[in-house]
Amino acid sequence: MRWLINVALLSGKEFRSLVRDFILFGLILFAFSFAVVIVADGVKIDVSNATVAFIDEDHSALSRELRAGVLLPYFKPPVLTDRTAATAGMNHGTYNFVIDIPPRFEADVLAGRSPAIQERIDATAMTQAGLGDVYLQRIFLAQINRALHTPPAEQLLPFSTQSRIRFNPNSESFWFTSVMQVVTDATVLSIILVGAAVIREREHGTIEHLLVLPVSASEIAVAKILANGAVIFVASMASLWCVVHLWLGVPIAGSLLLFAACLVIYLFSVTSLGMVLAIFAPTMPQFGLLAVPVYAIAYLLSGAATPIESMPDIMQMAVRVLPTTQFVKISQAILYRGAGVETIWPSVVSILCASTLFLALALLRFRSMLARQD
Amino acid sequence: MSAPAAGPTTGIEVSGVSHRYGGETVLHDITLSLPAGQTIALVGPDGVGKSTLLGLIAGVRKLQSGQISTLGVNIGNRAAREQFLPRLAFMPQGLGKNLYPTLSVRENIDFFGRLFALNAKARASHITHLLNATGLAPFPDRPAGKLSGGMKQKLSLCCALVHEPDLLILDEPTTGVDPLSRRQFWALVDQMRSERPGMTVLVSTAYMDEADRFSWLVAINDGHILACDKTSTVLEKTGTTSVEAAYVSLLPAAARQGVSTFTIPPYVDDGTPPVIEAENLTRQFGSFTAVDHVSFRIRRGEIFGFLGSNGCGKSTTMKMLTGLLDISSGSATLFGRPVSAGDMNTRMRVGYMSQAFSLYEELSVRQNLMLQARLFRLSAAQAAERVNTMLADFELTAHADERPTGLPLGYRQRLQLAAACINNPDILILDEPTSGVDPAARDMFWKHLVSLSRDAKVTIFVSTHFMNEAMRCDRISLMDKGRVLAMDAPAAIIAQAGAASLEDAFIACLEKAGNTVAVSDSASAGIAAPQTAKPVPPLMRWLSRFWAFAQRETVELLRDRLRLAFAILGPVSLLLIAAYSVSFDINTITYTVVDHDRSQISRTLAEQFSGSRYFRQTSPTPDLHTLQTRLRHGEIALGLDIPANFGRDMLAGRKPELDIIIDGSMPFLGANIRAYVEGTLVRYAQELARTSPIPAGNTAQAFSIVPRFAYNQEFRSIYAITPGVIMLALILIPTMLTALGVVREKEIGSIMNLYASPASTGQYLLGKQLPYVGLAILSYLALVFLSVTLLGVPLKGSFVGLSLGALFYILASTGFGLLISTFVRSQVAAIFGTAIICLIPAVNFSGLLYPTSTLVGIPYYFGEAFPATWFQLISLGAFTKGLGVRFFIPMYAALLGFACLYIGSACLLLRKQDV
Repeated sequence: MRWLINVALLSGKEFRSLVRDFILFGLILFAFSFAVVIVADGVKIDVSNATVAFIDEDHSALSRELRAGVLLPYFKPPVLTDRTAATAGMNHGTYNFVIDIPPRFEADVLAGRSPAIQERIDATAMTQAGLGDVYLQRIFLAQINRALHTPPAEQLLPFSTQSRIRFNPNSESFWFTSVMQVVTDATVLSIILVGAAVIREREHGTIEHLLVLPVSASEIAVAKILANGAVIFVASMASLWCVVHLWLGVPIAGSLLLFAACLVIYLFSVTSLGMVLAIFAPTMPQFGLLAVPVYAIAYLLSGAATPIESMPDIMQMAVRVLPTTQFVKISQAILYRGAGVETIWPSVVSILCASTLFLALALLRFRSMLARQD
Repeated sequence: MSAPAAGPTTGIEVSGVSHRYGGETVLHDITLSLPAGQTIALVGPDGVGKSTLLGLIAGVRKLQSGQISTLGVNIGNRAAREQFLPRLAFMPQGLGKNLYPTLSVRENIDFFGRLFALNAKARASHITHLLNATGLAPFPDRPAGKLSGGMKQKLSLCCALVHEPDLLILDEPTTGVDPLSRRQFWALVDQMRSERPGMTVLVSTAYMDEADRFSWLVAINDGHILACDKTSTVLEKTGTTSVEAAYVSLLPAAARQGVSTFTIPPYVDDGTPPVIEAENLTRQFGSFTAVDHVSFRIRRGEIFGFLGSNGCGKSTTMKMLTGLLDISSGSATLFGRPVSAGDMNTRMRVGYMSQAFSLYEELSVRQNLMLQARLFRLSAAQAAERVNTMLADFELTAHADERPTGLPLGYRQRLQLAAACINNPDILILDEPTSGVDPAARDMFWKHLVSLSRDAKVTIFVSTHFMNEAMRCDRISLMDKGRVLAMDAPAAIIAQAGAASLEDAFIACLEKAGNTVAVSDSASAGIAAPQTAKPVPPLMRWLSRFWAFAQRETVELLRDRLRLAFAILGPVSLLLIAAYSVSFDINTITYTVVDHDRSQISRTLAEQFSGSRYFRQTSPTPDLHTLQTRLRHGEIALGLDIPANFGRDMLAGRKPELDIIIDGSMPFLGANIRAYVEGTLVRYAQELARTSPIPAGNTAQAFSIVPRFAYNQEFRSIYAITPGVIMLALILIPTMLTALGVVREKEIGSIMNLYASPASTGQYLLGKQLPYVGLAILSYLALVFLSVTLLGVPLKGSFVGLSLGALFYILASTGFGLLISTFVRSQVAAIFGTAIICLIPAVNFSGLLYPTSTLVGIPYYFGEAFPATWFQLISLGAFTKGLGVRFFIPMYAALLGFACLYIGSACLLLRKQDV
C-alpha cells in the first residue's frame, strides 16, 4: 500500500517535470502527428511513382503505345531522352528504369522477327527494381497484344485466377507505414525519456535527497517507468486513433483494447531498457550516444522497415528475441489481420520475458548506480 | 585595447536601471556612481539584486531599462560592449562554476589565456606567476573537479586574472569557502591589486565582516540602494564601527526587527544513551582516505558541529551516517542500531540536508515541500498544513509558487532546510546548511535549530565554517584531511589553544597539523609580475579564440573514454548489424494448398510452387476457413485454393477459377508474392501447353525484353544498403555528439565564460564543432574500411570523392547538432529532438530504403531539405556506380550550404547575454 502511494507521488513529480519542458512537449506532438502523416504520405514500400526514361530509336506508333502504357500510380509519366542523358540520370538516381527501344522495332514485330527491348534497371533501388521490372514487362506485353489485336496474356492460361490480397487489398503503403511510425516513435521516446529522467536525477544531485527519504529504489524506478510510460501510451493511442485511423483513414481490423494491453506490456520493456542503458552510460552525452545505435538497430530489425522474412536465417532467429520485433508482429496481427489473443500470445510472452529481464536488471543495479561516486 | 575616450578616473555610472524577471521587479530605478581604481563591496542579504546588478555592469546580462557606463563604455551598446569585454574579468556565483571539471588546473588557466588571445609565452609566464601566487603550483595537473572548494575559488580567480583586466567583478567569491581559504583568498586579491594598482575590484558579498576591507561600500536592500559612498564615510554617517552594524542601521525600521541577537539555553544531558555513535569510521576512495578513523558520540538533543575546510571529510562522514555511502571500516549507529542503507524506519526519523542543492528545479517551492511531506507519510491534509507552517517559519511564503531555479542561493538553502525538517525528525544531519545565506537569515535558521534542540530534543549534527555558528554548538569537532584535530565545547577548545577566538584556535590547530596559512609571499616576490602582452593581429586573435574552444573541447572529449568508445563503436555496430540483415531479398514464401480436386493436375500445380526457390510448402490445409485462420496467425503468407473438378474443367477448356489468397499486411511482400505467383502460373501454363492437349492460344513471343540490373548485377540488398547505412550512421551519431554541447553548458553554467569573454558565438560554436568533426571522420574511415573488407562491398568509385563528401556531410551533421542544441532548453529535449528529427528523414526520405526519385509533394521537399539525401547520392554513387569527384560537385555545394546554414542559424540563435 505504502509502496503504491509512494509510486503515485513520485509519478506525479515525473509528470510535472515533463510538462515543464515545452519544447520537448512540442517535439512529442510533432513525432506523433505530423511525422506520422508525412511518413505515411511519402513512403511507398512497393512500386510507386517509379521513374522511367525511354530512348526511342524507332519513333513508331508501336513505340508510342509502349510509352503510353506506363502510368501512375506505379510509374511517373515517362521521359523521352537520349543515351548520355539517360546514363547521367541513372547515375544521379533520377531514373529507376531506362527502356531502349531499338530502330525498326515496329517493323520487326510485325514481321515476327521478335526484336529485343533493352531494359536497364537501377538495382540499388531495391524496392522498385524487382517488381518494377515485372510490372513493366506485363505492361509492354499487354500494350503489344492490344496493338496486334491478340488476346491478353491472361486469356492464354487454361484457367482463370483470382488473386485476393488479404488485410490490405489495395496494397496501400500508408496503412503499414503510419502504424509502424507510431511504434517507432513510441520506442525511441520510451528509451530516451526514461533514460534521461534517471540521468537528470543524478546530474542534478536530486537523487541524493531522494535516497535518504523513506523511499525504496524500486519505487523510484517504477515511478519513472509508469509516469513516462503513461505519457507515451496516451500519445501512441491518441496518434493511432486520431491520426492513423480518423485522419489517414486506415481501418483497424482487430480489437483496440487488446492492442492497448499489448502496448502497455511493450512499453514496460522499452522503458526498462532505457533505464538499463542509463545505468551503463552515467552522463547525458554518453547516454545519447549509446541510445542511437540501440533504437536505430531496434527499428531496422523490427520488421517495420524491411520484412523479417528477407533477413538471413541467423538474424531471423536472433531478432525474434527483440521486444520491438515482437511488438511489430503483434501490431500487424491485431491491427491488420484482426487477430486475437489465441494468435499473439507467444509474442506477448516473449515481450513479457524481455520486460522482466530488463526491469530486474534495472532494479538490481539502480541503487548502486545512483549512489555511485564519480 | 583600451577605449581612448575612457580616462583612468571614469568609473561605473549607473542611471535609472530597473530589472525584472517574469513579473517580479528585482532592481528599482537604481542610480549610482562609483570611482575607478577602488575596491568596492556590494553588500546586502540574499535576493536583493546584487548578482543582477553585477551582471548588468559586466554586460553579461541584458540591460532592460536605464543606462550603464562601465569604465567609460556604454554597456547597452553591443559593439562598444564587445570592445570592452577584453578589459573585464567576471567570476560568477557558485563554487568553480566557470571551471571545467575534467580539465587540469593548468589547462583551465590556459584556456582563459587563449580566450583572451594571449600568446604562448605570455600565457606560460602568467600561469607560472598565478600558480605560485595562489599556492596552486604543487598540483598543476590535478583536474579542477577534484579540487576543494577553496582551491576552486582560487583557480577561478587565476582564470579571471590571466588576461590582466581593468575591472575585476567577483560575485560572492567566498560563499561556501572555509575561513582559512577565505583569508587566503582575500590576501591573494590584495596582492593582485598591489601588482595592478589601477584595477577596479567590484565584489558582492553577504558576509558583512568581509566588506570592512573595501574602500567603497554599496549597501543594497530589496532592489534599492541604501548607501553608496566611501566605507569610512558610511561608518561615520551611521555612527557605527562595522559594516554589519552600519548595514542594520541603514535598514528601514520594519526590516530591522528580524535582526536581533538571541541566547541559547544551556544544554542539559538527560542521561539517555547516545543517539549517534561513530567508532573508527573510515572511508576510502581508491587509495585516497577521505575519512580516517573518526569517532564521536552525540547525545539526544545536542547540537554537534563539524568544523573544517572544504574536502576535509565532513560531507563524507555525514553521507556514511545517512547510508548514502558505504562504510569502508569502523562502525556507525543511529538510535543504537547500525546504519544500513535499506532501513526505512531510521530514514523516517532522520532529516538530511546535502551541501549541494538537491531538490527539484522543475517543481515549485510548495510542490517540493508537498512531495517531501507526502513521502514522509503525511496525509494530504496534514501535509498541506505542515507545508504552510514551514513556509511561514522559513519566510518562504512569498515565493511559494516560484521554482527554485530563479531563487537566490539563500532562499534555496532555506527551502532545503525546510524540507529536511518537514517530518519532525529526531535527528537532523545538516551539511553546511547556511553557506551562502545572509546573516539575518542565518540567525533565523539558528533560532529554529535551537528551538528544535532544546524544546523538541532533536539531535542536530551540523557542519559549518562560520565561526560564530560553531560557537553556538554544544560541542564541536575540528576536522582536517579526514582526521579529527580536536573535539570539545567551543570555549574549551579556545582555552586549550590559548587563543583569543575560535577562528584563531582553529587556525592554530591547523598549523599544528602542518598547514600553511599565509599566502606564499616569498614565492611571488621572487618572480616579477609578467609584462603586459603585446597586441595580437586580428586574424591571430580570431584563431586563438577559436582554438581555445576547440582545444578545450578536445581535451574534455579525450578524457571521456566511454563517450569516445560509444562514438566509434556505435556506428560500427550499426553498420555491421544493419548491412547484414536489412534486406529486400525475397527468400522464402511459406504457402499452403487447399486441394478440393485431388487430381494429378492439381498436384502438379502445387508442385510447381514447391519447385521454386522462393516458395516453401507447409502442410496442406483441409478447407478455406482453416486457411484463413492460418493466414491470420501469420503461419503462411500465401494460400492456393484449388476448386473441385479443377483438372477436369481445365481439360475441358472450361477455365476453372484458381483462388490465390495473399497476406498483404506488409505491402512490399504482398505485391512481390503476387508477381511471383503470376510468373509461376504462366510458366506452368506454358509447360502444360507443351505436354497436354489443352486448348491454349498462341504462346509465341512477338518480342522480348532483356532486363539488365545495373550497379548491382546480383541484385543483392547488401550492396545497395551498405552505402545507405554509412549515410545513416554519419547523420545519427555526429549530430548526437554535438547536440548536447551548448544546452549542457547552459544547464551547468559554464556558458557564462562565453558571455563574459570577448569571443564571438561563431568562434565558440566552430571551436566546439572541430573535435567532433575529427571524431566523426575517424568513424567514417572505420565504416568504409569495414564495408570493403568485412562486408565485401567493393568501393567502385573514387575514395577521394567519397571522403570529400563525407567531410562536408559531417560538417553539416555536426552543425545541425549544434543548431538543435542552441534551440532546445533541456538535454532531454536535445536528445529526443535529434533522434526524431534525424531518424525520420534519414530512414524514409533520403533514399536508404526507398529511392528519393519516387517521392512527390511535401516528402520530396522534406528529403531535399536534409543533407542525408545529398550524401546518399555520393555514397551510393561512389560505392555502387563507380562515380568520382566531378560528378559530385552539386552535392558538395548542397552539403556545404547546409553546413553554413546550420552554423549560421546557430550563431544567430545563441545569445551572448543572459536575460
